Amino acid sequence: MAISNETPVGADAAQLAVTKHYSETRRVIRIFFGRSLNVVGLVFILIFVITAIFAPWLAPYDPYKMDLGNQLKQPSLGHLLGTDPLGRDTLSRIIYGSRTSIVIGIVAVGASAVIGFILGLVAAHFGGITFAIIMRFTDALMSVPMLIIALIIASLLGGGIVNVIIALGVGSIAGKIRMMCGMALTIKQNDYITAGRSIGVSDWRLMLLHIFPNCFPPLLVMITMQLGSVILAEAGLSFLGIGIVPPTCAWGSMVNDGYKYLLTNPVLSFAPGLAIMIVVFGFNMMGDGLRDSLDPKLRGAF
Amino acid sequence: MTTYVVRRLLQGVLVLIIVTLFVFLVMRLLPGDPLMLYVAQSELGSYTEEDMAKLRHEYGLDKSLPMQYIDWMGGILQGRLGTSIFLKENVTRLVAERVPITLHLGILSMILSGIFGVFFGLICALRRGKWPDTVFTVLANIGITAPSFWVGILLIYFLALKLGLLPVYGYTSPFTDFSLSSRQLVMPVFCLGLFSLAALTRQTRSSTLEIVRQDYIRTAWAKGLRERIIVLRHIIKNALIPVVTILGIQVGHVFGGAVLIETVFNIPGMGRLLRDAVFSHDYQIVQSGVLIISATVVLANLAVDISYGWFDPRIRYN
Repeated sequence: MAISNETPVGADAAQLAVTKHYSETRRVIRIFFGRSLNVVGLVFILIFVITAIFAPWLAPYDPYKMDLGNQLKQPSLGHLLGTDPLGRDTLSRIIYGSRTSIVIGIVAVGASAVIGFILGLVAAHFGGITFAIIMRFTDALMSVPMLIIALIIASLLGGGIVNVIIALGVGSIAGKIRMMCGMALTIKQNDYITAGRSIGVSDWRLMLLHIFPNCFPPLLVMITMQLGSVILAEAGLSFLGIGIVPPTCAWGSMVNDGYKYLLTNPVLSFAPGLAIMIVVFGFNMMGDGLRDSLDPKLRGAF
Repeated sequence: MTTYVVRRLLQGVLVLIIVTLFVFLVMRLLPGDPLMLYVAQSELGSYTEEDMAKLRHEYGLDKSLPMQYIDWMGGILQGRLGTSIFLKENVTRLVAERVPITLHLGILSMILSGIFGVFFGLICALRRGKWPDTVFTVLANIGITAPSFWVGILLIYFLALKLGLLPVYGYTSPFTDFSLSSRQLVMPVFCLGLFSLAALTRQTRSSTLEIVRQDYIRTAWAKGLRERIIVLRHIIKNALIPVVTILGIQVGHVFGGAVLIETVFNIPGMGRLLRDAVFSHDYQIVQSGVLIISATVVLANLAVDISYGWFDPRIRYN
C-alpha cells in the first residue's frame, strides 16, 4: 500500500497520532487510474476539450471557406481528410464540430440537471400530491424515447444550437428527476434529517445542504454518462436534418451530407462518425471509472 | 397480483393521458401552422382566405383547443386516428401499414440482442479475465457508443457496396419474398440491436459477477453440481433480473433508433412515417405515432415488472 506509507505533508500532527490518515480523494484517484480503459476515456475527453477550445489554431483551413475548384477531393497531404462537395476541408470542419458538440452537451445536460435535480428533490421531500404530480409527469416523459421528444420539439422550434439544447434538455430530464427522487427518498429516512427537522432547519436548507450532497457521487456518474448520450442524440438529430443548421459544423449533419457521396468519398461520412464515437466512448468510460471509484459498496475491495 | 396489475394499468392510462395532452399542446402551442406548410407545398399556391377557412374547418382546426382534443380522444376510443392533412390519408390505415414493418425489425432485433447479449455476458463473467472476456467487453464498450446510423453507413459501404453480399437498402415483406426480405433485414436489424446487444452484454456480465460470489453458488459447487446445472439453474435466473430491466428500457430505444435506421436504410416503417410527419407538422400522425409508442413502452414496463416475480419468487406484489 503505497499511500498509507506516505506522510501527508502539512497534516495535523495530533490527528496523525490518533488515526492513520486515509485520504478519500486519493483512494478515488487510485482506483480511477488503476483501470486502463478509464485513463483512455479521460485522454479522449481531454483531447476533445482541447480541440474545441483551440479549434481556430488547430484547424488547417477555415471550415466555412468554400473552394469550388477543390470539390470532393480525396484525402491528401494538403487536405488530410479530403474536401466536401463545397470544397471545404473535412478535417477543419470536424475540428470545429467539436465546439458544437461540447456546447450542446454541457448546456443541455447542465440545464436539465439543475431543473431535474430540483424537481426530484422537491418530489421526494414534500411527498403527497407534489410527488404524485411530478412523478406522473416524469413517467409520461419517460414513456416516449428521448430522440422522439427531441425530434418533435426541435422540428417545431426549428434548428439551431439553442433550440437543439432545449429539445435535448427536455428529452433527457425525466431520468434525472427519477434518479434524484429515488435517492432522496432513501436519504430522507436517515436520523440526521429528522434531527435537522426537529431543530427547525428550513425545507430548502434540508434539501440542498443535507440531502443533495449525499446523493452527489451517483449523480456525477449520471451526468458524465449523459454528456455522452446527449452528444450522441444531437448527432442523431443533426443526421436527420433537424438539429444544427448549415453552415455550422456538426458531426451528425456531416455524416448525413457525406452519405450521398458514399461510393466515391466514404471518408466524408466515416470520419465525423468516428469522432462522435470517440467522444461518446470517452464519456462512457469515464462514467464507468467514476462509478467504480466512487461507489461505497466497492470500498475496501481494492 | 390482479390488484397490482389493475392498479398499474390504471396508472398507465393516466400516463398515456398526460402524454396525449403533452404532445397535443406542444404541437399546437409551438410556432408553425400545418395548413400554411401544406399550402406552401402544394402546386396550386393560389389559396384565398376563404379556401383556407374551408380547409381549416374540414380538418376541425377552427375549433377551440379543448374541443380539438376531445375530438381526437373520442376518435381514438372508436379506433379512428383521424385524417392526415399532408398525405390526405386515413391515419389508422397508414399506421396499420407501417407499424408491422417496424415491429418486424424491432422484435427481431430485440430477440437476437437478448439472446446474444445474455450469452456473451455470461461467457465474459464465467471466464473472467480470459480472452473472450477481454474481446467481448471491449466490443460491448464500443457497441454502446457507436452511433447506429453511422454503423449502418459503414455496413452499407463494406458489405453491400464493396463486397456485394447484401442488398443496399429497402424493405420487402417476408410474405412476398422471404429470402430477399431476410437479406435486406440483416444490416438494419444489426444496427437497431447493436446498442441493446452491447448494453445487455455489459449488464449480464456485471450481474453474473455479483451472483457467482453469493453463498448459494458456493454451496452448489460444494455439493458437487456440474457447471452446466449451476449456470442454468442457479446463476442465469438470478442474474437476469437487471437484464430484464434493461430489456424493458430497450423497447423505447428501438422506436427511437427506428427513426434513424429506417432513414438510413430507406425502410417505410413507423419511424420514417413519424419523421416525415414531424417535418411537415402533420399533427394527426405525430400525435397517434407518439401515443402508440408510449403505449407500447408502458405495457412493456408493466410486463417487465410482472416478470420479476417469476425470476425471483421472493418478489411479491402487494
